[in-house]
Amino acid sequence: MHLKYESTLREPLVDGVKDYHQVTEDIISPIEAKPGKLWYVGFFISLALLGFGAFSVFWQIYFGVGVWNLNKTIGWGWDITNFVWWVGIGHAGTLISAILLLFRQGWRTGVNRAAEAMTIFAVMCAGQFPIIHMGRVWMAFFILPYPNTRGPVWVNFNSPLLWDVFAISTYFTVSLLFWYSGLIPDFATIRDRAKTKLRKHLYGIASFGWTGSTKHWQRHEALSLVLAGLSTPLVLSVHTIVSFDFATSVIPGWHTTIFPPYFVAGAIFSGFAMVNTLLIITRKILKLEEYITIGHMEAMNKVIVLTGSVVGCAYLTELFMAWYGANPYEFDTFFKYRAAGPLGWSYWIMMTCNVITPQVFWFRKMRRNVMVTFVMSIIVNIGMWFERFVIICTSLYRDYLPSSWSYYRPSWPEVGFYMGTFGLFFTCFFLFAKYFPVIAVAEIKSVLKTSGENFKEKMEVYEEESAEKFAHDVAHAH
Amino acid sequence: MAVKNFVVGLFDDEAVLFPAVKKVRTAGYKLHDVYTPFPVHGLDHAMGLRESSLHTAGFIYGITGTTTALSFMSWVFNVDWPLNIGGKPHFPLPAFIPITFELTVLFAAVGMVMTFCWLCQIMPGVKKHIFHPRQTDDKFVMVIELTEKTNAEEVKSFLQAAGAHDINEQQAEAGWWFGRFDKDDEPYLRKVKPVNA
Repeated sequence: MHLKYESTLREPLVDGVKDYHQVTEDIISPIEAKPGKLWYVGFFISLALLGFGAFSVFWQIYFGVGVWNLNKTIGWGWDITNFVWWVGIGHAGTLISAILLLFRQGWRTGVNRAAEAMTIFAVMCAGQFPIIHMGRVWMAFFILPYPNTRGPVWVNFNSPLLWDVFAISTYFTVSLLFWYSGLIPDFATIRDRAKTKLRKHLYGIASFGWTGSTKHWQRHEALSLVLAGLSTPLVLSVHTIVSFDFATSVIPGWHTTIFPPYFVAGAIFSGFAMVNTLLIITRKILKLEEYITIGHMEAMNKVIVLTGSVVGCAYLTELFMAWYGANPYEFDTFFKYRAAGPLGWSYWIMMTCNVITPQVFWFRKMRRNVMVTFVMSIIVNIGMWFERFVIICTSLYRDYLPSSWSYYRPSWPEVGFYMGTFGLFFTCFFLFAKYFPVIAVAEIKSVLKTSGENFKEKMEVYEEESAEKFAHDVAHAH
Repeated sequence: MAVKNFVVGLFDDEAVLFPAVKKVRTAGYKLHDVYTPFPVHGLDHAMGLRESSLHTAGFIYGITGTTTALSFMSWVFNVDWPLNIGGKPHFPLPAFIPITFELTVLFAAVGMVMTFCWLCQIMPGVKKHIFHPRQTDDKFVMVIELTEKTNAEEVKSFLQAAGAHDINEQQAEAGWWFGRFDKDDEPYLRKVKPVNA
């Protein structure tokens, strides 16, 4: 009996009758079984997409950046749109693993592992776009401040593009460390119950020789807490810095101080949508409905409707400032070429998907409906892709000089590259779902006795007593 | 480390484990460790372990990152190659903040994880003795070290009374070695004579 127990009014985080061993069985046995047909189908489709993406990138590198439909007016198109979109998706994973840990949100334990994996894969996809966009990718190492024979000439530490290099690489490294340090004990669980020699050997290496010693757990807890504390400002800084790529320029529609909070909210918005997309499929295929419950989805849908509304307010603020700021260029960008004009359709797709449709989540019935959540998660991600497209392209295609006004539609290598990153993302995710514990086993066990359904039922006796009596009984239990 | 003799007992429930830890400590037995499948809150205090200082290490790594970033960028812009970038100052502190922050976080995170691995003596290829295969699944495994003063049978019955089950005696390497988990390869077990045999 613990002094801290969770009210029975709160939904259980783990449904069904479970004990510690059952938790291990439920989460680890899909790793030990042969994958189903659906897994193979999905995996090979992803591999095919990845192959097509690799071919598109090869084409671009071989023939040069001219095979893309970018032009002198529109220098950033699908590539940077996709970069910002993928980075944004990554943010939900860190939010769940770090910020919700600091806020002591118990429901994060069911979804954090998969969400962090999503972060890592999404950042891997994102990183490719600016690098391939450089054109001469073999020169990509020029972005690093290394002592060279040309002076040495250093990089410009004043440039937001360089801040991006540091932000994205730090974000990737820290997320990977955080994710892997959580995986070590779970790999040890797989290792110690492995039946085949190969599995015992490989998970033995992956688990770093973890034993579960109390002292090690104490350090592990300290490490997780500090990494969470570090990741929290980190995740906010990353999309802030991404928004600086735009906000520090003098392009109407980019040059606004609202960008950092607006980008961070948008990132969390799209990231949670992606977590929902992935987990609805994962829980179904791996039969983990008792761990990733409707309650988890509802919690994420609440975050979606909150951040979606923040984003909606930001859109309206931008429009208001474009009018109130009395800058004719900014006014024209927003009211003539963004909300109207040849690319106006993209603005209205963005508005519909990001601001209007998520409002269904004000209703509890909708938040708890799996089908609605799934469809909405895809709509939100379409909307957030268009948000980045709108910000980038509709600000650029009508610049200060009407003779250079232009239009933009992607060429096949640009589309292929984007599809390729989907291939990479899902290939990684399928491998993750097969070989890694998709739910943090140890963390579920540590919340099981406070939040498991069969344990919560036993708590009803204590709910009846006074708090003083309960505290007294706990204090004198042994 | 060395090869030692241990008495191992399994517990199913934290509620039984906590009083047992207390009893072992008051009886004066040498508690080698308690292996648990997940972090059991308060167990470290019950065992009398001191708080981890990993936070302090993290703070030191963090300020190292801050200092590195700030001093390196200032050195580049002011000493090594002072370049006029659009007439901007050579020490633009606000523009240095993002990279300084990122490096602080990076140094702290990487340093802490490496320190964590070092302190726990874990890395790929390292192997340690696993007292019971279910210590990473659902059992709490209490391991008591046998010294010259302890009687194995006495410890066993003591653990029995404290609520443990599957009590057994094991001779094992207490430290780590490079090995594979699919092989029984405790190297010192074969070469070295046990200390208290």
